Amino acid sequence: MTGLRLDVGFVDYLILAIYFVTVLGVGFAARRAIKSSADFFLSGRSMPAWVTGLAFISANLGALEIVGMAANGAQYGLMTLHYYWIGAVPAMVFLGIVMMPFYYGSKVRSVPEFLRLRFNRPTHLFNAVSFAVAQVLIAGVNLYALALILQALLGWQLWTSIVVGAVIVLSYIVLGGLSAAIYNEVLQFFVIIAGLLPITIIGLVKVGGIDGLFEKVRQSPLGEAGLHTWADTGGTENPLGASWIGIVFGLGFVLSFGYWTTNFAEVQRALSAKDMSAARRTPIIGAFPKLLIPAVTVIPGLIALVTVQGLGAAEGDLTYNNAIPLLMRDLLPNGVLGVAVTGLVASFMAGMAANVSGFNTVFTYDIWQAYIRKDRDDAYYVRVGRIATIAGIVVGIGTAFIAAGFDNIMNYIQALFSLFNAPLFATFIVGMFWKRMSAWAGFWSLFLGFLAAFVLYILHLTEVLKFNSDLEQSFWGAGLAFVVAVVVALLITPFTPGKPDDELRGLVYGLDSSTGDVLTADRVWWRNPVLLGVIAVVLAIILYIPVW
Amino acid sequence: MAERKLARLFDVRRVIGGLFVVYGLIVTLIGVLDGPSELEKAQGVRINLWMGLGMLALGLLMLLWLRLNPPPEPADPPAETADREV
Repeated sequence: MTGLRLDVGFVDYLILAIYFVTVLGVGFAARRAIKSSADFFLSGRSMPAWVTGLAFISANLGALEIVGMAANGAQYGLMTLHYYWIGAVPAMVFLGIVMMPFYYGSKVRSVPEFLRLRFNRPTHLFNAVSFAVAQVLIAGVNLYALALILQALLGWQLWTSIVVGAVIVLSYIVLGGLSAAIYNEVLQFFVIIAGLLPITIIGLVKVGGIDGLFEKVRQSPLGEAGLHTWADTGGTENPLGASWIGIVFGLGFVLSFGYWTTNFAEVQRALSAKDMSAARRTPIIGAFPKLLIPAVTVIPGLIALVTVQGLGAAEGDLTYNNAIPLLMRDLLPNGVLGVAVTGLVASFMAGMAANVSGFNTVFTYDIWQAYIRKDRDDAYYVRVGRIATIAGIVVGIGTAFIAAGFDNIMNYIQALFSLFNAPLFATFIVGMFWKRMSAWAGFWSLFLGFLAAFVLYILHLTEVLKFNSDLEQSFWGAGLAFVVAVVVALLITPFTPGKPDDELRGLVYGLDSSTGDVLTADRVWWRNPVLLGVIAVVLAIILYIPVW
Repeated sequence: MAERKLARLFDVRRVIGGLFVVYGLIVTLIGVLDGPSELEKAQGVRINLWMGLGMLALGLLMLLWLRLNPPPEPADPPAETADREV
């Protein structure tokens, strides 16, 4: 493991230490603002849109994402851009323009709570429990991945890294709740960009600019195909092995909409916004940095491909996953190196904090308050939230050690999670636009959609069904889950009683849900969600043109 | 209420601004002191100097924004109890 070891010096550790101190300071400061459970879990619904927007994108910008997308850049070339553009921007804009009025307007505190109002308690409980379990598992994977990278780069013991990471995340969330998590997400957004930018700059200088990079990619095993996004997608003869139908419907629609519009760890950031207008702008503001992040992930992936001899080995130090760490080792002098290490550590912690703060909210509001201890005073639930945070992280540490026992747990959990999101999105979208959909149709559609995807996944694991790759399996699983959930909703609704209109007001399309009082100051064009959303989509299309 | 005000002192812009001013100063200083071996590693780019100045500028901009557009006074109590109907 010494091959990846960075030459970190005193100044790099100083930069890392200053970050830890700042993060804990934010936790203590945010603690003073907490007066009620809404403060702890929803930041008192007080955040301006640019803060929640950056937190929204930052909650997604975990280090798994950064390291993984650079790896994909090296492996698949520019087709990786689909994950950023068609695979994210349309869904984020849709969330802001179409779905946010229902989420924010109904004053729900979580995604499961929306399901309780729209459908019934069984739907709610099923979703709340599966979400809580998934969040703890993913927090554990984030923690384990953080420890692995600290071990490889800095030579820390695995065990020390896990405990240090967990204690810091634990401290700032227990102290400051969602406010601390969101502040730190915004902070880490800037730190991670400042840390990754030097890799792109120095890397491009080394390979002779963008033109030099593309020329060298043409001569690499990836070849010309690595420089196009759509040109070869008439069939599956391209690096990603996917046709345009798969990219548009599988990635662009089912997986992307499922992830961005129903994943509470994301939606929670928008729910903490100060008003409806800010809530709607949250995901749309997040879409703008999302458009540009490939410059510090996919481009370094390509730089690694053409500058690191032997990258792409099946195991050892030269796997695609080490693209970013290898470039840090080769290109960054002390100083910016410290910022880059801090950025990676910060983004692991932010990813984990997003999972933990999603978990403690759902556990407290949707499981404890809804089914176990109702009608206690508000301070009681803040306490429960703090205890849930501690318990969630302790269990997360446990799952981190389970994760250590598997080679490829990241893939498995990603797959499980996307399968779980796809039926949820189907249930949501049908329930939001078809007011006749009954309460029990909601439950069975969610449950059977999940079950269908789960069975397919088991068949994949046991190799009863053969797929070309895990990626292909997750696409089929998500597609199947989506179709099953929609069909079940259509079949069961006619046989079960619908909900009266009065109970659905503000929850479904077509029953006068107000889009909130528009403040005078929000009537200016740069605060108009629809216009901003259109600009984001147009920018995505323009960005595709040179890399067609 | 006083505590709430105190907490607002920790506007996120102040946190980002403060951290980046400190980082900017440290990294700029390193950049000024960088010798030939650091420059060679970074392909001849004075990366510490440029990134340091860049971070310093971002930090100062955040603090300037905070100065020009300070956080609003804490919201009135009624607005806060409004979303307490659960």
